[in-house]
Amino acid sequence: MSARRDKTMSKTHVTTSVNGETFEFLAESRETLLDCLRNHLDLTGAKEGCGTGDCGACSVVVDGTLVCSCLMLGVEAEGKSIETIEGMADGNELHPLQRKFIEHAALQCGICTPGILVAARNLLEQNPDPSETEIRYWLAGNLCRCTGYDKIVRAVQDAAAEMRGAA
Amino acid sequence: MRYHTPASFEDASAIAASASGVTRFLAGGTDVLVQLRSGMVIPDDLIDVKKIADVQSVERTEEGGWRIGVAASGAQLGANTALVAEWPGVVEGMELVGSTQVQGRATLTGNLCNGSPAADSVPGLVAAGAMVHVTGPTGQRILAVEDVPTGPGKTALTKGEVITAITLPPRGQNGGDAYLRFIPRTEMDIAVVGCAVSLTLDGDRITAARVAMGAVAPTVVLVPDAAAAIIGTSLDDPALEALAAAATAACNPIDDKRGTVEFRKDVAGVLARRAARIAYERAKG
Amino acid sequence: MPKDERIPTSGLIGTRPNRPDGLDKVTGRARYGADFSMPNMLHAAVVRSPHAHARIVKIDASRALALEGVKAVVTRDDFPTGMTGETWNLQENTIAGDTALYDGHAVAAVAATSALVAGDAARLIEVVYEPLPHVTDVDQAFAPDAPAIRAGAADHSVSTDEGEPVRPNVMRKTEFGRGDVEAGFDAADLVRGHNFRTEATHQGYIEPHACVAQMGADNKGEMWVCTQGHWWIRRMCAAVLGIEAAQLRVTPSEIGGGFGGKTTIFMEPLALALSRKSGGRPVKLVMSRSEVLRATGPTASASMDIQLGMKKDGTLTAAKGVFRLQGGAFPGAPVGPAMSCAFASYNLPAVQHLGYDILANRPKCAAYRAPGAPMGAFAVESLIDEMCQELGLDPLEVRLKNAVREGVKSSYGPTYGRIGLVEVLEALKAHPNLSEPLGPNQGRGIAVGYWFNHGGETSVSVAIGEDGTATVSIGTPDIGGLRASIAMMVGERFGIAYDDVRVNVVETGALGVNEPTHGSRATFASGKAAVISADSCIKQMCKRAADKWGIDEEAVEWVDGAAQPAGANAGEFPPMTMKQIAAKMGSTGGPISGHHETNMGGVGASFGAHAVDVEVDPETGFTKILRYVVVQDAGRAVHPSYVEGQFQGGAVQGIGWALNEEYVYGEDGRLQNPIFLDYRVPVASDLPMIDTVIVEVPNPGHPFGVRGVGETGIAPPLPAVANAVARATGVRIRSLPLSPPKVLAAIKANARAKATG
Repeated sequence: MSARRDKTMSKTHVTTSVNGETFEFLAESRETLLDCLRNHLDLTGAKEGCGTGDCGACSVVVDGTLVCSCLMLGVEAEGKSIETIEGMADGNELHPLQRKFIEHAALQCGICTPGILVAARNLLEQNPDPSETEIRYWLAGNLCRCTGYDKIVRAVQDAAAEMRGAA
Repeated sequence: MRYHTPASFEDASAIAASASGVTRFLAGGTDVLVQLRSGMVIPDDLIDVKKIADVQSVERTEEGGWRIGVAASGAQLGANTALVAEWPGVVEGMELVGSTQVQGRATLTGNLCNGSPAADSVPGLVAAGAMVHVTGPTGQRILAVEDVPTGPGKTALTKGEVITAITLPPRGQNGGDAYLRFIPRTEMDIAVVGCAVSLTLDGDRITAARVAMGAVAPTVVLVPDAAAAIIGTSLDDPALEALAAAATAACNPIDDKRGTVEFRKDVAGVLARRAARIAYERAKG
Repeated sequence: MPKDERIPTSGLIGTRPNRPDGLDKVTGRARYGADFSMPNMLHAAVVRSPHAHARIVKIDASRALALEGVKAVVTRDDFPTGMTGETWNLQENTIAGDTALYDGHAVAAVAATSALVAGDAARLIEVVYEPLPHVTDVDQAFAPDAPAIRAGAADHSVSTDEGEPVRPNVMRKTEFGRGDVEAGFDAADLVRGHNFRTEATHQGYIEPHACVAQMGADNKGEMWVCTQGHWWIRRMCAAVLGIEAAQLRVTPSEIGGGFGGKTTIFMEPLALALSRKSGGRPVKLVMSRSEVLRATGPTASASMDIQLGMKKDGTLTAAKGVFRLQGGAFPGAPVGPAMSCAFASYNLPAVQHLGYDILANRPKCAAYRAPGAPMGAFAVESLIDEMCQELGLDPLEVRLKNAVREGVKSSYGPTYGRIGLVEVLEALKAHPNLSEPLGPNQGRGIAVGYWFNHGGETSVSVAIGEDGTATVSIGTPDIGGLRASIAMMVGERFGIAYDDVRVNVVETGALGVNEPTHGSRATFASGKAAVISADSCIKQMCKRAADKWGIDEEAVEWVDGAAQPAGANAGEFPPMTMKQIAAKMGSTGGPISGHHETNMGGVGASFGAHAVDVEVDPETGFTKILRYVVVQDAGRAVHPSYVEGQFQGGAVQGIGWALNEEYVYGEDGRLQNPIFLDYRVPVASDLPMIDTVIVEVPNPGHPFGVRGVGETGIAPPLPAVANAVARATGVRIRSLPLSPPKVLAAIKANARAKATG
């Protein structure tokens, strides 16, 4: 945020695509991709819940692969194509997962919701008809402390069914 | 922290050899970034190996084995149906590391070099007889995977050395491997005990076997006595009991927040039996 | 509230509309504590003690202050002296004085131009410590020879009688009960007593504490913070900093979970102090996960000695409990509530409680969902289950036999009004899960739980918009669907559409004092106050109609969203809708608003009963949850989906507490598992679906019959899972968590004991 810089930390210019748009930012080498998304690109949908890759609240998709953005450096985003929660809806049209999460009350405090939605969408892109077990194991790296996961799993199942029906 | 993106292993090795201070290589980053963020290890030089050619590739060797690039992720390994068919134990070990998200980045090489005694991918590699290819200031060498970890957080690599690939031997006919671990939840835990078994059959009889245990000693342990207990048998109950006893005897575990000495010894035997059964079924096809 | 003005509703109550903040939360737009930034903002980092107990000899910040980008460092010297009581405790916990009291205790803080620089600067602050003897275990801390953490701080309840050993870490002793317990035991056919232990757990909210704070040299300030209760945060920060509360304006962000852990301050005054010291620049302070686990407010660990007397037919004759809880290095362990709830489900002729609030070198405990209740439930419900096994009785029938009903005097004093324990037990008994067949190594456990719920200070305001919509200002942050429920209650009361009501959680400057969203009170208390405020608006709107019609105010009634003459005698006038009245309100008397401030009464308690089936691997001690059902009395479920959500969330936190969650301290007194890797909360693959049954025994004290539901659900799972494991393995374990090493060791010991006869 500040223009000042410590002499021992030089910044790298990074060009990357996020949700289909090209962005540029300056990254300290020690900043994670999560730091850069939140602080340089104002994309605060991804959250830091743990900083150790254990909670999944920072989940994004990089070149089609689901990752924790807290486990990538900002400088590693160069030339990559990143998808965050902010790109999940198509303008004002919500993705079926987003709609189903609201309908099923699959969120209470909502802090884990962006990460879970990004992870669930990635699952359904690879496996349009996952079993309950497959959903639970895919989402094992997305912690939710409020819901006990029940309504989350039901929302994913319902969205998957709708997407299969529409396909 | 200086961030480097060398284009070759020679360059990577040279940077590491001449660096003073704390140096780390970066492949998947799922250990390095955690240690960086927590302040445990803040490298002065971070050498990203992902711009080097072929680091993500997973391909056959001439002998019919496999060459796995240092930046091939767990997800990529799991998506390689041929590799999974031949070495399911190796792949399932790697696939147990962390979450789906971690799988998207984590690598065999990183899991090995982080030097955790509980690393999930290492017992399977050891049981498979994997080799590690290294380049460094004094040239190239090849080590057996079990010779790489030397203690918790430590490897046999010297300053300036970098791993360039991991290779698996040809599976051959009638072979099967498996990796099991014990964790208190269903996911997201560090192995309290890990066991990998790789074996080859002739009819019903086991003609060759390797058994490796993780998380029960300062490094992964290759247990020749456990293999000897089942070689020449059809994995009947006495063989399984002897296997379990050998696995338990090979343990030199600690009491810690994940398990007691007694628990680890008991479960080592249980997992050895269960992993051997799975490997046996897989070998039978 | 007159009896006949209650309950039946039409339209909104009991339906499941989309929550109003849903769109923001599924798109990532919702702004949580760390999502806020201000111009010219600095970032803070905190220096924390690596010792469980140590004298702070020296703090040298010179190298940190020399780092480019560092703007200020604060220590305890930057805070006022002379505090007493709980304010002193809060200040001492915010930043250490001359002694570090636990691993993670803050000793200094720094503000710098970036988070990385702040972190580097924190590492450059040199602190010299002189380690002192420490104690972390509750029973060891209770011992007379334990290292004294705060000499002379016990209150008047701790006797200094001769013959009583002096226990330096006991801060308070509480005794209460009634009846002749010894006679009760004499009358029993079976008397059993055991020690039960639970370990400390953390609320585990996924959002770490975060704030952006700004304060000038004039001690006027503002803060954006994730909190369950911003008036409490304001009061506590002001007290600790020695400033006036009114000059501090606190705005709550969206909150990423709290469960009680965000009802108090931890690092907020540090951000304010740093801001003032840096010339009034805003300061952002975000905790890391390991800071959250080490240095916020986990719950207490407990050691409980419970004794029960039971007749052959299952009737309980007497109960006695001694409860030792440590709440960290400060008084305030939830011993009182633990004791109040422990036997509360049972109609007992005689009961005695003795409780000790004990210090240990651990972080200052905070509330965690029904504080104290899960510990007592684990002990009592396990012991009842054991005794049922011994007497060959059905555990559910024994609960029914002894269940409290309306008019019964509770174990902790009050006489019950209308309660629903019997209805809950009957509903559980009828649930299909209870007839599922069980296979080898499988077992079923049941348990009940209780939480008394809370009213508390409440201020709400409802304003009518020019277009006839309603804006509700509440002071209880929305943790899990509250705004939806409030909008439903207000919409129902006015007789207008759900979407015509907007509910805002407003900052401290906009309402009178509100207690936090805790005590399962928000839907109950803010809801009731909102309804009363709406009633006030309705009265004013009726008056506007009456004035227009030239009739008496009393002759106008409000029906289906409009004012109309109350009966033919009042006159023949067409109804005036809220929209019509609002459109003219500027010229008919001015803006229309209703408000209500009170210490909310009419609280209704909530009972719950759970059943769980488990399978235990006899070779590894691994427990798998096969099926789980929660039955609980909600009084009236305004929005059933969010009531179910509370049931399921509480159950899963309880399952985690029962199976894997615990604070692990080393010999050195340091927390060994400060990250989610080894602090093991349940993950999605650990669980099946959680079935729920909402029982509705309306609470007479609320216009729609609402009872708080958020907390009760965490108490039954601890004993239910323990009971299931006991029945699956044949061996009873009386300490939590039921980690696999513990379970396997117990299975093996049991097998050895059986083998040797």
